[in-house]
Amino acid sequence: MPAVTETRETVEKLAKSSYEWGFETDIEMDIAPKGLNEETVRLISERKGEPQWMLDWRLKAFRAWLEMEEPTWAHIHHPPIDYQDAHYFAQPKKKPGPKSLDEVDPELLKTYAKLGIPLHEQALLAGVEGAEEARLPVAVDAVFDSVSVATTFRKTLAEAGVIFCPISEAIREHPELVQKYLGTVVPVSDNFFGALNSAVFTDGSFVYIPEGVRCPMELSTYFRINARNTGQFERTLIIAEDRATVSYLEGCTAPQRDENQLHAAVVELIAMEDASIKYSTVQNWYPGDDEGRGGIYNFVTKRGICRGARSKISWTQVETGSAITWKYPSCVLAGEGSVGEFYSVAVTNNHQQADTGTKMIHLAPNTRSTIIAKTISAGHSDSTYRGLVRMQPKARNARNFTQCDSLLIGDQCGAHTVPYIESRNMTARVEHEATTSKISEDQLFYCRSRGLSEEDAVGLIVNGFCREVLKELPMEFAVEAQKLLQISLEGSVG
Amino acid sequence: MQNAVPALEAFVARAAGQGAALAETGLPTRRVEAWRYTPLRSIADTVWQKAASLTTETATALLNHLILPETGVRVVYGNGQLLDALSAFPEVAQRASENVSPLKGVFSATLNTALGERGLDIRIPAGTDAGLLTLVSLSNGQDVSTHLQHRIVLEDGASLTLYDVSAGEGRYIANPRFDIVVGKEATLRHVKVQRESLTATHLAIVSADVAEKGEYDSFTLNQGSSLARHEAVVTLGAPHAMAHVNGVQIVDGQRLNDLTSMIHHAAPDGSSRQTVKTVLSDAGQGVFQGKILVDRVAQKTDGYQMNQALLLSEKAQINSKPELEIYADDVKCSHGATVGALDDEQLFYLRSRGIPQTDARDMLVRAFLIDALDLVSDEGLRDLLLRSMTS
Repeated sequence: MPAVTETRETVEKLAKSSYEWGFETDIEMDIAPKGLNEETVRLISERKGEPQWMLDWRLKAFRAWLEMEEPTWAHIHHPPIDYQDAHYFAQPKKKPGPKSLDEVDPELLKTYAKLGIPLHEQALLAGVEGAEEARLPVAVDAVFDSVSVATTFRKTLAEAGVIFCPISEAIREHPELVQKYLGTVVPVSDNFFGALNSAVFTDGSFVYIPEGVRCPMELSTYFRINARNTGQFERTLIIAEDRATVSYLEGCTAPQRDENQLHAAVVELIAMEDASIKYSTVQNWYPGDDEGRGGIYNFVTKRGICRGARSKISWTQVETGSAITWKYPSCVLAGEGSVGEFYSVAVTNNHQQADTGTKMIHLAPNTRSTIIAKTISAGHSDSTYRGLVRMQPKARNARNFTQCDSLLIGDQCGAHTVPYIESRNMTARVEHEATTSKISEDQLFYCRSRGLSEEDAVGLIVNGFCREVLKELPMEFAVEAQKLLQISLEGSVG
Repeated sequence: MQNAVPALEAFVARAAGQGAALAETGLPTRRVEAWRYTPLRSIADTVWQKAASLTTETATALLNHLILPETGVRVVYGNGQLLDALSAFPEVAQRASENVSPLKGVFSATLNTALGERGLDIRIPAGTDAGLLTLVSLSNGQDVSTHLQHRIVLEDGASLTLYDVSAGEGRYIANPRFDIVVGKEATLRHVKVQRESLTATHLAIVSADVAEKGEYDSFTLNQGSSLARHEAVVTLGAPHAMAHVNGVQIVDGQRLNDLTSMIHHAAPDGSSRQTVKTVLSDAGQGVFQGKILVDRVAQKTDGYQMNQALLLSEKAQINSKPELEIYADDVKCSHGATVGALDDEQLFYLRSRGIPQTDARDMLVRAFLIDALDLVSDEGLRDLLLRSMTS
């Protein structure tokens, strides 16, 4: 197939274009010394001005972590991580509120600009006084190296009774809520990376939607990993009370780096009766260079519990970044008739490795779950779908449908599917199907014969392949995600 | 990791010089991925002894309970020893001589290697059809174990149908191992019936290497034992090799039956087909773990796997793990899995036509299983299987 070989060469040239959003911002940072011990945990807690109960909670997690072993079951390979060789706290130095954008650190503004954050929103993020007039449909809580620099649109949200703030602030101002829910979905000793996060998390977002409230806007957070050698340990807690509805967007880009960086986030979602939480992620952290050097290690624990009857939790993710992705957004369906959904596109290229999937734990009768996972592997990458569907004895008439499709681009990559299906209820029904194939020559030829370049043709086909997932994304993410897919696959086609 | 369990210590002691590997492996716990659904606790507390010889009378009595083919030749093993009086070998068969390297990291194989007893050892010469061979492995005793090692070599163009039955009485471990070599364009049809005593533990391991255009066509009926795992590792090591790893599991009582397989596509243009059906009643537990591994060189591989489980009672449980591990891009691999109960509408349809509940249920269960059974190409054996299933 000479045509194909030719294209591969052409496209390989394109691959040399480096990471589009790889840039580094030079800002004065307040950094804790390297290493992880009880002192580090105490220091973080103290710097954040946390109450005693929070420190105790962290220490409990830290002690649990010490007893745990790093999991090795995932289909990933990396040199051992030295947990003592990293900074666990980095915070941009606070200046008193600037009067206008001119006073804001220009480096910070540049970062925002590259991230595509509109100017008036930049002003808000940078904490410019009196910049709250502009209205946008999205509220952004920008997490700039572990500390939420500013939270926008709090007024509008406050009027609706919604609490959307950095979790450190929630610990101070809404301790009763945080204490009640933190760690109830992902307990401190849940898993190695979760425990690590619980011990040293520096910030993250807290969302509380009161009873009967439909959140007036999409909530959004940008995560950025910025300082060298600081692990990013985000903690997100979202609570939707009875009949509350919220859609939360998480988007990530990170500067280019030489050394691997560790990221171990924990996200907990709690949905009460008739509540609905939609959590969407576009993850585009630095994946490492063509040779697999550098890149983010992304070990994330995401779990939601549908506590109330008829509640719903929906995870949608587009994973194109990170050198290693280890992530299983899960739903515990404890409320009768509750619904769990997982829509995922995972793209790996060059030397990326992704081991991702979901867990659907059906505890209650008439619960339903849907899993649609699309995996695309290119270059020298390896991508694994790993999922669990468990029907517990009380899950009468529960339903699950799972579809996993893998697409291989090039003969040096791998795509793997590891589903676990466990049923202990005869009335529960589980259906699973998986396919693995390559881009069909026919489809490519069809597109090419209509004048599309090979690259565009592949982009089109891949977007079609992922359509079922992309259509679940909120509007503003869907557009970005399509672009991301194309960029991620540059240089892999053939 | 060494587990201080009497069973293993006794095994290691029995294995004399061969026990080191076994001691090193230890008895797999549920933390070992391959055994997460099949706990071996039930064999941990017993000191399993070597089984005493079986008399021809006892063996004959046991044989009388079995449904066996009338045609072909029959070889009978009793408590790990060949029963000459009851056995005849295919005329064309010769003794196989090559050594097969033992499977690494598979507990059933390690156990067998340590304690191996000589079993069937035959070679079918090139171009010959050896017809039907019935292999019966009988066990009888209390707290005893047998570890037969069978070696079957099919030279190029040879063919053989093996009807492999294990059964017995008492509480024992049957741990047979088959090392199979299928030559170029050769075909081995391996039909297995596991109907061990309901207090027995059956840990079988089949390792089959298939050469160019060769075919390993297997069907396993997993129906007896308190705990049974049939594990097959099939390697398609040359172009256009083919594997069928089909099976039916019928699990009732408090029993656990497990079908585990690994189909390794190690050369281009291979194809594999797998259909496994499990029917569970009472507090029965079913396990299916099926892995398809496609190497980078194995382009144009065509792999298909389907596993379905039917739960007929509140306490029944199925754990299923179909797995694809694929490193070649120009492949077509898919798997499907379903778990559920009988369809109420289908039951209603039959009942509304005057068919009693239990008959209707049986009809639907049989219809569920027939997809897998139909894959046994030999009509006579298919009929035999159906009779075994319902006996």
